[in-house]
This record gives sequence, C-alpha cells and structure tokens, in this order.
Amino acid sequence: MTTNPKKPARQPEHPLDDLIRTDRIPHIWCPGCGIGTAFSSCLSAIKATGLPYNRFTMVSGIGCSARGAGYIKLDSFHTTHGRAIPFASGIKMARPDLKVIVFSGDGDLFAIGGNHFIHAARRNMDLTVICVNNLTYGMTGGQVAATTPNMAKSTTTPLGNPDAPFNLPLLAYAAGATYVARWTILHTRDLTTAINEAILRKGFSFIEVLSPCPVNYGRRNKEKPIDTLRLYQDRTIIKNGADPVKADIDFGKGVVLGTFIDIDRSTCDDRYCEIHRPCSDD
Amino acid sequence: MAFWRVPLDAQEIQITRGEVHIIDDRCKGCGYCIEFCPKDILQFSDRFNRKGYHPPVVARPGECVNCHYCEIICPEFAIYSVEVHPATALK
Amino acid sequence: MKPAVLTGEHYITGDVACAEGAIAAGCTFFGGYPITPATEIAEHMAERLPDVGGTFLQMEDEIAAIASILGAAWTGAKTMTATSGPGFSLMMENLGLAVCTETPCVIVDVQRTGPSTGLPTMTGQADMMQARWGSHGDYELIALAPSSPQDCFYQTIRAFNLSEKYRVPVLIMADEIVGHMSEKVVIPEPGRIKLVNRPKPTGRKDRFKLYEPGPNGVAPMPAIGDGYNIHVTGLTHDERGYPSMTVEAQEQMLARIKNKIRDNLDDIITTESYRLEDADIVIVSYGISVRTGLAAVDRARALGYRAGLLQLVTVWPFPEALIREIAGRVKGFITVEINLGQVHHEVERCAGGLAAAHLVGHAGGRIIHPDKVLECIEKEFARP
Repeated sequence: MTTNPKKPARQPEHPLDDLIRTDRIPHIWCPGCGIGTAFSSCLSAIKATGLPYNRFTMVSGIGCSARGAGYIKLDSFHTTHGRAIPFASGIKMARPDLKVIVFSGDGDLFAIGGNHFIHAARRNMDLTVICVNNLTYGMTGGQVAATTPNMAKSTTTPLGNPDAPFNLPLLAYAAGATYVARWTILHTRDLTTAINEAILRKGFSFIEVLSPCPVNYGRRNKEKPIDTLRLYQDRTIIKNGADPVKADIDFGKGVVLGTFIDIDRSTCDDRYCEIHRPCSDD
Repeated sequence: MAFWRVPLDAQEIQITRGEVHIIDDRCKGCGYCIEFCPKDILQFSDRFNRKGYHPPVVARPGECVNCHYCEIICPEFAIYSVEVHPATALK
Repeated sequence: MKPAVLTGEHYITGDVACAEGAIAAGCTFFGGYPITPATEIAEHMAERLPDVGGTFLQMEDEIAAIASILGAAWTGAKTMTATSGPGFSLMMENLGLAVCTETPCVIVDVQRTGPSTGLPTMTGQADMMQARWGSHGDYELIALAPSSPQDCFYQTIRAFNLSEKYRVPVLIMADEIVGHMSEKVVIPEPGRIKLVNRPKPTGRKDRFKLYEPGPNGVAPMPAIGDGYNIHVTGLTHDERGYPSMTVEAQEQMLARIKNKIRDNLDDIITTESYRLEDADIVIVSYGISVRTGLAAVDRARALGYRAGLLQLVTVWPFPEALIREIAGRVKGFITVEINLGQVHHEVERCAGGLAAAHLVGHAGGRIIHPDKVLECIEKEFARP
C-alpha cells in the first residue's frame, strides 16, 4: 500500500528542507511534542522575511526546545543552560546588522536565565526571543517549572504545585520588551506572522508559544496531546492589544492570545552607536 | 434545508486543489494533521514506518484544498501539500 | 579619538596596562561586570573601545559577561572580560563552553583573597588551581601570570595571540597588587607589536567541517555570516560540530582539545629566570610573588647560597618537562605563592622526589616578605 499514489520515486523535499539540517532529522522531540511545530513556524517566518540566510543566527540554551538550534541550517549556537540571551546579546552588539533569534524553553529563559531575560528586555536588546512554554522541564523528566500551573503535578511536586506560575507576557512587558505576543502551536499561522513581524522590527521581541509536552506534563496531568490542542482551540481568546496583566494561563477562564505589546523604543545597539560613534555614517 | 443562499458565481469560483505529500519515515504518528485537517482527508495508515509509527495516508485525495495546515502543524517536517492545476486534480 | 596603540611611556596601573594591551592586540569587544580589584579594566575598556570602533557592554552578572564575549567572538571579534574571585567562580561553566566549542577569548582574573567574598581589596594567588580545573570535565587551557604593569601590557597581547592561534580561552591570572600598582609602562610602536589572527577556513563551504584540525591541530574558524552554516554546541560533538552521544566522539573531541595544547608546549610555555644557571636552590614564582623571589635570590646569594629564580610566565599548561629537568640537577625548589599551596603541588609532582619541594605560602592579603623565603632556605638547606 502506498501512502500517496503520486509519490515520486526519490525522497520528496519538504518546503523547509533548505533550512533544516536534514541529516539530523528525525529530531529528538517526542511524538505529540509541539516544539517541532513552533520550530517549523520559526523557519517559515525566517523564510518569509526574504532576507539572505547568512544575516540570521539562532542561539539557544539547554533543554528540549533549545535543541532547535541544532536543526536549523543557519549559523547556530547551543550554549549553556539559561545563557542564550547574554550570548546572543554579545553577537548582536558585535554585529548589529545580524538578525539574532533566541529559541529556547520556559525553564531555560525564565528560571535559570530569568535575570538575563529581564535585563535584555530592559535595554531593548534587538533580539527575537521565542519561548516554547510547555509548562515543565521536559528534558529532565517533568519537574516543576516557573511556568507550571498551580496544583499541577510534576515529578518534584507529586501532590501538586504549591506555587503560582509566571505570567510571561506581563513579565516581559514590565521588564521593557517592546513586542510581546502569545500564540499556541495550534495557531500556527498567527505564530508565524508574529515571529516574522518580530524579526523584521527592531527591539526586544518576545513570543511565548504554548506547546504540549505529552510525555512529561500531559501524562501526569491527564492530558493527551490532542486534548491539549483542543484546549488551545476551545479555551483561548484571541485579543490583540490585551492587557498583559490579564494574560495569566488559566484554561478554566480562557487563555488570552494575541499581540499584547508593539511599541517603538530605541534599541541598545542604536543608543550605543549614537553615543559612541557620532562620526560614523550610519 | 440550508438557511443561506448559494452565491450566483459559485460555479465559476475555482477552488484551489492540493496534493498532499507524506515523508513516511519522518512521521512519529502524533495525528495532528489527521485531527486538524479542515477537509478531513487524512487517516492513519495500517502500515508501520521505519520507526514503528503509523504515518497518515490520504484517504480522499481529490478533496485537498491546499490549505497547508497539515504542513504547518506537523512537528516533524513530514507532510506538505503542493498546489495542483484543477484539470490535473480531476484526473 | 586615540589610536589603538598609545606608543610612549606611561605611568599607569596594571589594570589599565592590561586594557591597553587588549586594545593594542585588536580587542574590539568587552563584556564585563564590576568587581574589585578588576573594575578598572572594565572602566578603561568602556572609555577606550569606542576609539577603535569596538563595543563595551556591561552585563547583569559575570555569567552574562563571559557569555557575551563568547557570542561576540563568533562574529570574528577578539573579545575579553575581566573579573576577580567571586566572578571567576561564576564564569566557570561558560569557561568550559569556551573550551568545548574552541572559542578564542581572554579572561582576566585579578585575584583577591578567598574563599567567598574574602578580602576584596587585598591580594591573593589562590585561584590558580581553579584556573586550571575550575570548570567540570577534562580540558586544557592557557593561563599567564603577569608580574608587573608592563608585564600586564605584554601578557595581554600574548594572551590574545595564543587564544587566536589555538582557539582556546586564555586566562590572565593577575593579582590585586599587580592590578592596582602604578609603574612605568612602555608601549612600543604599533609596527613592533606582533599580532596573530585566528585561522580562517578556505575551500569549499559544503565540505567544510567546523572542527577538522589544521596542520597545528587547530581547526580554522569561520565567523557568523560567512556562509558556513556552522552549528556550535557544548554537547560532545563530531568534527562537523554536530552533537554525537558516543564514546568515540567524546574521545576524539577531548583528544583535539588536549593535543592542540600538548603538541605545542614549546610555543605556549614561557618562563623567565634570574641567576638560575648555577643555582641549586630554585625559587619558583609567578605574578607579584616574583618580586619576593627576586629579592630573596639576591639575599640568599649574599649569604652564600646558590639560589636562582624560575618565573612561570605561563602557569598552565605547567612546564612539567622543565621542572623535571631542573630537578635532576638541584637540591630543591621553593615555591613562593600567595596561597596555602597550589602551584607548589605541581612543582612537587614534577620534581618527582629528585629534588626537595618546599612552599613559602600565605593565606592571602599581602605580598610575601623575602625574609620568609630566607627563613625557609636557612631551615631546609645546609649553610654553604
């Protein structure tokens, strides 16, 4: 039985194959994991900019999402846990013409790397930070994260998480990010548009992508991957310009998606240039 | 009985037709493409791929409208669609 | 705008000399975080880097500081950070990343006294073993120890050259006295400063392998945007740079990291000596303690002892062969260092029982008085 009657003899090419290290596919992400979708969306967004690929670089930290940097066929850096943003800041400030994308997870960016995140946002470092938020530490087996909902089960909170999670859009906005959006992997088109916008604009852009972790979060919280996607479909409210204060993740009352913040503010590299290179032509 | 009228030019509007390509061995069988295909044209196949998953199969090839949703929801770069000329699609 | 090389005679501190050495060596990026007694390096870099079109970035902590210089290094820039004990501890994880990804960069540790916050404004040399082994795992790196402001200038240039040549982080293990002391520093004409730049790849981009060693064991290094589509990871990786979770890849990677240093020891290791030719008591010293050693040699000679000084300019990799060779013809070594025994243990190991090895150390906070060395000589060696 053939899966497609018109299947060509040779291995067909996926439209994103030119941006993927196909020799490293299949990737490590589990069946039903949404990181691949978020990653694919990011690649589509890069492609849609029409910019030469050598103007991009991707930096990631450690964790499941952070493995993304290893699959993109661009100059890419898989750094230490939590340190993607300062590594990326070094690249950006040394080569301001580059489009620097940080692709990492919630644990990496907001627990161990939280301090770097708020400072890069404060300075409006011209980075596109994509945070795949799967509500847990996936790679290490499902421990409680800074984003795990209250009372959710994890291997280190077997009776339920006693703590409150971060509201990431609010955190980003409060710290000074100039573009803040949230989508889910189900809202792939909006996500791709958001990443594309974020890449093309200047300033610290933050995009939170809600994504299922069926193996290490879903399994312990009675959520099959399709259930999680159904939640994304049924229990989300798209509201651009919404107040980030109302962006806490509570599927009971509905999770707000959309572009929360899109404002102009001079960036770290622009200001450095203005102050220190008054004679330069650009 | 339908409560809406059929547009007068309904016969003249060309619906885009697509053809789904599946790279079987990349599939991990999450089923997202099958679940969220707006035209419901995909289903799990009976066969196993190299990794032991059931990749999707196009059950109703003529009904793809080339919306690319399977392509963009797939976490594995394992499925995509290309536009086909309506004349070709009918054959 | 001042030029990169401020040719002439200056009366400056070791910290400032170190910063000037960096600028003269072609450093265009500094990521830092304030810490006594290394802050002046950051301050001077903040002032000077714009002169040469470079960028100074003060980060939110030392972890970010070293991360930023590693990122910037991959854009093709020569990069540096400077810190002291507590910050040096924070940098250890990314120091390992620099070693593993073979990223050239220079890290200055103006040592103060530890453990913990210790005596922030007072000298010490107790980070020497941390410099060698502070990050987890096996690795090789290079550490230089300047003994004066003038030495700070030259050793910083040398640190950049070695780091570019061998694609390895190079540590400058200064100390509070060297860093804060003002002395005459002579900066030569730019033409007299020899600079080394990292090997760049040539040949076909589609066949390029990021970690395929060149003739001296060092792989050529492209920059971001050169079109090589490099992947750089701290995971164990193969020659393509791709993660490879195998014992073979681990062996191959570590062999490359070790061999590029181990096979070029003659080029990397430098030492200085004073009255060493006929000596049978060898004072081994580095950094500010060299001054203690120099004074002690002269005083011991005046008493009739045949003392000499061996100054370790390169501390890591350790001059094992040299110590072993000297051990065969002398009575003993006295290592003078402001700690309770670190390099001393290396000297003892390399002497291998062929010669005695003694330590004149101190818990930190001040330079060791030459009298302490004399006491040791008189106690341990027969009066001539």
